Amino acid sequence: MTGFPVSAATTPNLWQRSARADAIAVLVVAATALVLFLLFPQSLALLTRIVAIMLLVLSLDLVTGYSGVATLGHATVFGAGAYAAGILAARFGVADPLLMLAIGALAGALAGGVSSLVILRGHGLGQLVLSIAIVQLAHEMANKFSSWTGGSDGLSGIMPSPLFGLFRFDLWGRTGYWLAVALLIIVFLVLRAVVRSPFGMLCRGIKQDPVRVRAMGAPVYFTLVKMYAIAGAVAGLGGALSAISTKVVGLDSLSFSLSAEALVMLVLGGTGKIFGAMLGTIVFVWFEDIVSAINPFHWLTIVGVLLVVVVLFAPKGLVGAIESVVSRMRGRKT
Amino acid sequence: MSLFSIRNLNKHFGGLAVTDHVSFSLEKGNRVALIGPNGAGKTTLVNLVTGHIKPDSGEVFLDNQNITSLSPSARVKAGLVRSFQVTRLFSEMTPEEHVALAILQRRGRSGHIFAHYRAMPEVMAELRDILGLLNLDALARIPVSDIAYGQQRLLEIALVMALRPKVLLLDEPAAGLPSTDTVLIEKALAQLPPDLAVLMIEHDMDFVFRFAQRVIVLAAGAVIFDGTPQAVAADARVREAYLGSYAA
Repeated sequence: MTGFPVSAATTPNLWQRSARADAIAVLVVAATALVLFLLFPQSLALLTRIVAIMLLVLSLDLVTGYSGVATLGHATVFGAGAYAAGILAARFGVADPLLMLAIGALAGALAGGVSSLVILRGHGLGQLVLSIAIVQLAHEMANKFSSWTGGSDGLSGIMPSPLFGLFRFDLWGRTGYWLAVALLIIVFLVLRAVVRSPFGMLCRGIKQDPVRVRAMGAPVYFTLVKMYAIAGAVAGLGGALSAISTKVVGLDSLSFSLSAEALVMLVLGGTGKIFGAMLGTIVFVWFEDIVSAINPFHWLTIVGVLLVVVVLFAPKGLVGAIESVVSRMRGRKT
Repeated sequence: MSLFSIRNLNKHFGGLAVTDHVSFSLEKGNRVALIGPNGAGKTTLVNLVTGHIKPDSGEVFLDNQNITSLSPSARVKAGLVRSFQVTRLFSEMTPEEHVALAILQRRGRSGHIFAHYRAMPEVMAELRDILGLLNLDALARIPVSDIAYGQQRLLEIALVMALRPKVLLLDEPAAGLPSTDTVLIEKALAQLPPDLAVLMIEHDMDFVFRFAQRVIVLAAGAVIFDGTPQAVAADARVREAYLGSYAA
């Protein structure tokens, strides 16, 4: 998906090949979105929520999957985006959805950059604990400043104006859905470029051996802060998207449990892979939706079983498993 | 003034003097071997010089500049580069990506977000030169975890070459290799630029004698010999340090 097959070593124009791979990947995403739109016209709200969470999981993939930072508090940046966009709309009457998205991304980047200054001070378990502390602090702050955030009642009164002045956010959620799909495709393309860039390579290097990266004269801490800010912008977009499409922001968007679920989705799909983050989110949220409708009491048990099965039989996640099957089949052909 | 010099460097771990008033200097183009029995403080000395450990006292100079208080990465930028005794590479990345990252880092472009090294002709040209020089071009796009250890050691040298140092500290470049592969490392080291100053820690004495014009012997943290390879074997203190009382 990223990376090139070994046989590409003899093929010229690798740059063109990767542009073609990007175009194919975008077509796959767009076609999937269209099929889902036609098959499930009643579930557009759920699908939009999946895309919003997908942006959170993609963001987590940048810091955990690509850069090796352990965090169980990544909802902080998602919630920052959601609340920034929501407060702007509900308290200041800024209702333009694109402006709300921009503010969400900015708030997410800021929250990511600032929180990383603390989180990156720790390593391993210490880092994990710091990240939990950060999301709990953010959660408590949102709860306390209830005159701004609505506290535990949630922030309501978000009335986004029609997109481009033309498309209203209707009851069916069609506008919200297509806005989400467009956003996802843009983010997808940007992230594919970012992870292949020199900066992306540096982050992968830091994940695998920070000592070696320092011995090459490259800054470890600053590079990770930068990656955190980029990841924050991505998750902030997801938060703002969720505020626009659901028209409410709740404290659950800043919670430890959302952070933990995002990590579960990432592991399910496969870390360090853009498609892994996307597939993991779809499977997890959809599975959760179906199973909780069938059995509202024991659905978490079933989700737990799914996760154990994936970790035992596909340790590199669903996408990792698919990749190894594909490469085995290719190996058999030649 | 010398290209690189260490002046009166001291380091204690508790009551143990691991580096004891060490002073020496290197000139452009020097090939110097640092030897000594196990526990003599060779790796600690490398860590002090590269800034990974703070010395208790003493100074390190590079190019007339006092670098004692610089961070490890600032020292690398100033031209002081080390290799590692145990291979430290990015196991999921290819040799091509390793060397590209080092070249981009040296050119100050490793922070670029929207770019790709394969679209930079000058980076690709340098990359091909270095990989070709070390005969790694056939392996350029295979993840490091899938290539042989001897080749990983060569890549370690490719990486430091890509950083174009002024002073290079090689920490046992042939460690862990059978003697047949040591030849490959020797050939690779022969490709290093002639005006580069190299300080190599090594145990294989045959290798040391072929490589070095000068030998420094460290024992119990102190320099006990600094001279030609021919003189070192005859030196009584060196024999004592290695063989203990048997030498008497």
